[in-house]
Amino acid sequence: MVGIVIVSHSVKIAEGVKELALQMAKGHPVFTAGGTADGGIGTDPIRIQEAMEAANSGDGVVVMADLGSAVMSVGLAKEMLDPDLAEVVKLANAPIVEGAIAATVEASMGSSLEKVLQTAHDARNMDKID
Amino acid sequence: MTGKDAVKIVGQAVIEKKMFLTDLDQAIGDGDHGINMARGFESVLQKTEVLPDDTDISSILKTVGMGLISSVGGASGPLYGTAFLRAAGPCKDKTNIDANTAKAMLDAAIKGIQDRGKAQKGEKTMLDALIPASEAFAEGIKADKTLLECLSSAVQAAQDGVEYTKTIIATKGRASYLAERSIGHQDPGATSATIMLTALYNYIK
Repeated sequence: MVGIVIVSHSVKIAEGVKELALQMAKGHPVFTAGGTADGGIGTDPIRIQEAMEAANSGDGVVVMADLGSAVMSVGLAKEMLDPDLAEVVKLANAPIVEGAIAATVEASMGSSLEKVLQTAHDARNMDKID
Repeated sequence: MTGKDAVKIVGQAVIEKKMFLTDLDQAIGDGDHGINMARGFESVLQKTEVLPDDTDISSILKTVGMGLISSVGGASGPLYGTAFLRAAGPCKDKTNIDANTAKAMLDAAIKGIQDRGKAQKGEKTMLDALIPASEAFAEGIKADKTLLECLSSAVQAAQDGVEYTKTIIATKGRASYLAERSIGHQDPGATSATIMLTALYNYIK
């Protein structure tokens, strides 16, 4: 199973997105790294790294992140990973809520890393108005 | 004069400017730059304090980088963290830093910030202080100036760079949401970078 990691500046956003995603994929490995180590607003590359390691069960990990510095922290966390694991940890170029839900559902069906990543990307194109 | 002391002086300078940096960031950002940087350097100084006095500069810089990465929380954590880690490269196994090594360290730091943040000069970021500083440093080396003279020119160029950030629109980071309204405000990141360079210059002087 492809694991999912949700990275947000806010603990509440990360936990909320996880809660929404798991509604349709109960029990799927979704890990969060929200906020700073002391629970404040921000991101923490060390906790992101730990979440990536926890989420991997051998089939890779798709990471969802919110604003700019979350993306930077994800990049840094990946550099700190074992290089073999870093190869299969992919940041999705997708909105965090829609992307996380789409990716988690796709992953829970046993899809490949490429397929889960593509599904997350496709969530960018969801039309909200006619 | 030790690497540990230099870090202490630089860190204390940032911590002293906590409110100033936060005020700047409240004007055009998420208002946490000073708080984050102060928290980062407080954590860093605890880590460097316990290092042996003769710890080499490269190892000290790595400690600073990892310390900032694990404690800052905002964008400046990965950016400055990467900068310090990369700066540790050119001075590896060196006990004395000459002008060329210092320039190589500054450039490695700039490259790290660019790799991480994907920014260029002119986007109202810390690079608008650091890139002119590097250019001024290079001029100094070309003119056979001493390390201290090169650093002095670099500090002046960084300060000019901070002034320049008042005139341009932010296109990177949270300030970019403000677009034209970011004009007139100096960039907090360019300011903190200049505070660090200035503190380092004052220490070596």
